Amino acid sequence: MARKTGGNIKDLIFERATGAFAFVVLFLAVLLFAVLLRESIPALRKFGAAFLVTGTWDPVLEKFGALPFIYGTVVSSFLAILIAVPLSVGAAIFIDEYAPPWMKTPVSFLAELLAAIPSVIYGLWGIFVLVPILRDGLMKPVAKYLGWIPLFKGPVYGPSMLAAGVLLSIMIIPFILSVSREVLATIPQRQKEAVLSLGGTRWEMLRIVIGQHCIPGIFGATILGLGRALGETMAVTMVIGNRPEALLSLFQPGYSMAAVIANEFTEAVGDVYLSSLVLIGLILFAMTLAVNLAAKGILTKMVARASRGI
Amino acid sequence: MRNVFEVMARTAAALVFSLAVVTGAMAAGPLTMNGAGATFPYPLYSKWFYEYSNANPAVRFNYQSIGSGGGIKQITAGTVNFGATDAPMTEGEMKKAPGTILHIPTALGAVVPVYNLAGAASGLRLTPDVLAGIYLGKITRWNDPKIAELNKTVTMPNEDIVVAHRSDGSGTTDIFTNYLTTVNVEWRAKVGRGKSVNWPVGIGGKGNEGVAGVVKQTPGAVGYVELAYAKQNKMKVAALRNKEGHFVSPTLEATSAAAAGVAKSMPADFRVSLVDAPGKESWPISGLTWILVYKDQKDEARGRAMVRFLKWAIRDGQKMEAALDYAALPKPVVEKIDVALKQISFKGKSLY
Repeated sequence: MARKTGGNIKDLIFERATGAFAFVVLFLAVLLFAVLLRESIPALRKFGAAFLVTGTWDPVLEKFGALPFIYGTVVSSFLAILIAVPLSVGAAIFIDEYAPPWMKTPVSFLAELLAAIPSVIYGLWGIFVLVPILRDGLMKPVAKYLGWIPLFKGPVYGPSMLAAGVLLSIMIIPFILSVSREVLATIPQRQKEAVLSLGGTRWEMLRIVIGQHCIPGIFGATILGLGRALGETMAVTMVIGNRPEALLSLFQPGYSMAAVIANEFTEAVGDVYLSSLVLIGLILFAMTLAVNLAAKGILTKMVARASRGI
Repeated sequence: MRNVFEVMARTAAALVFSLAVVTGAMAAGPLTMNGAGATFPYPLYSKWFYEYSNANPAVRFNYQSIGSGGGIKQITAGTVNFGATDAPMTEGEMKKAPGTILHIPTALGAVVPVYNLAGAASGLRLTPDVLAGIYLGKITRWNDPKIAELNKTVTMPNEDIVVAHRSDGSGTTDIFTNYLTTVNVEWRAKVGRGKSVNWPVGIGGKGNEGVAGVVKQTPGAVGYVELAYAKQNKMKVAALRNKEGHFVSPTLEATSAAAAGVAKSMPADFRVSLVDAPGKESWPISGLTWILVYKDQKDEARGRAMVRFLKWAIRDGQKMEAALDYAALPKPVVEKIDVALKQISFKGKSLY
């Protein structure tokens, strides 16, 4: 630290202060993990690893297992990604490459506005608008004709895994869309022109250039969306049906980890009950951490490969 | 730079000064009573606190409606002056508290089955066993003979029954499952009673509005909500056969009747369930809601203010209940509560 010249006290204070702030952030994350771990000890002691694969959730008999919640969180988030990624990437390409100039700003502004809506509003809209539309317009006919496929088995209630997935996809579109647009903006104009000048069509140009350049960025956007979908609470609990069962059919109600915590935490009585809810929080924490770490690893490799390719 | 320091020093001095003024004012200002607990009586309590503080400016209330469980935790930890709950404290919870906690009933609530059935008006008749059968998943269609024979004037559609229940832990669920546990042996053996239970069938909705949402949006749905909520949202409510064999519609009067039916046998600590209460007019899924206070108060002024407020609440306060869709405490119960209020004391001296 030789650059601390002549005892410039302000510099020193500033450096120490920013250091302390960084440390506080780190400390908070560690503290969060430690508290979750400590509070989940009674449940860990009683159920052990079986907690992850047990499907019962009975507050009266104090028998708890996280399987239906883990399953619900994973399936609904995956469904959301499946719908949102093609939609947002497609929209991003349209806005940047095809849309007439007068359309660009309003469309992207409205799409980004979606991110500003509180999730409880999404939930209410979900109950009163989305669920009836999905139930009568999609689920009932599909269950009638394709009900023999296990994924679409009835009976149709309305609140379901599918409703949660669709609602989540709408909620994460603005994030994936805006990151995708930024990724598209990084394509060097010269490269686009090069492909076109060689006689490529617009489709070929986009395929080559995006394939070359943007896959890591779009992957990053997807992970950002996934992270949000995994932790979303309010909107999910309002449309998923809150049934602690891991069922294959997307038309059946399910439950998610964040939803069960929000639903039952305030009135959870008894140490094991409360501790089981905290343990679910810990698992969710670990899951998001794992997703982010894995994403980071994959991303680093992708970026390395992409830059080698040029 | 000097300027900046000077400004900072002045600001600090001003802050210290104004803080001193504010604290001084606060010491002379009104007494603030802190409370926390049940959400169900929150609208009533807000009205009470507002009216009471208007008449008695020396006392103010700060109530956090964090749920019954939270209310019990906070009064046990001593972080509030009073708690509030929809489900009485268990023996285990009472033992954890550092002193004796009194349950003071303040109002009555009722839970009502609601449904969405085209062609059927409000007042569909149900028996305890049919209701339990629906929630156990044994009666799955509306044209089941067990429902049809109770409602001969209505043509029951051949439709699936979609069962809705609360997904969040709640006193409403506690009263409802307490009722099913009391009236149905199979329910008692398979599910039991609690603020959250392992439901055999159905979809969970968050809060009264979540259950109401499912019921309103889903043809053929049945659910349960608080009476006030059903009334305010004009939902179709079922008539239920009570202990004495009469079909009763859920009303405020029928709820008060349930409390009157239990009044004679009401224990001195008021930790009593009103479900399946005797009395011809009694609505069978009723319950009390309580304010929790320590019998031995640590602060004389606060204790006295609390007792005075509770005396007011069980008398003048009861007149405000009906307008907010709560059922008032019947007179014999009010007299019994008065006896309990006399027990609240400071250093062995009654604060009544």
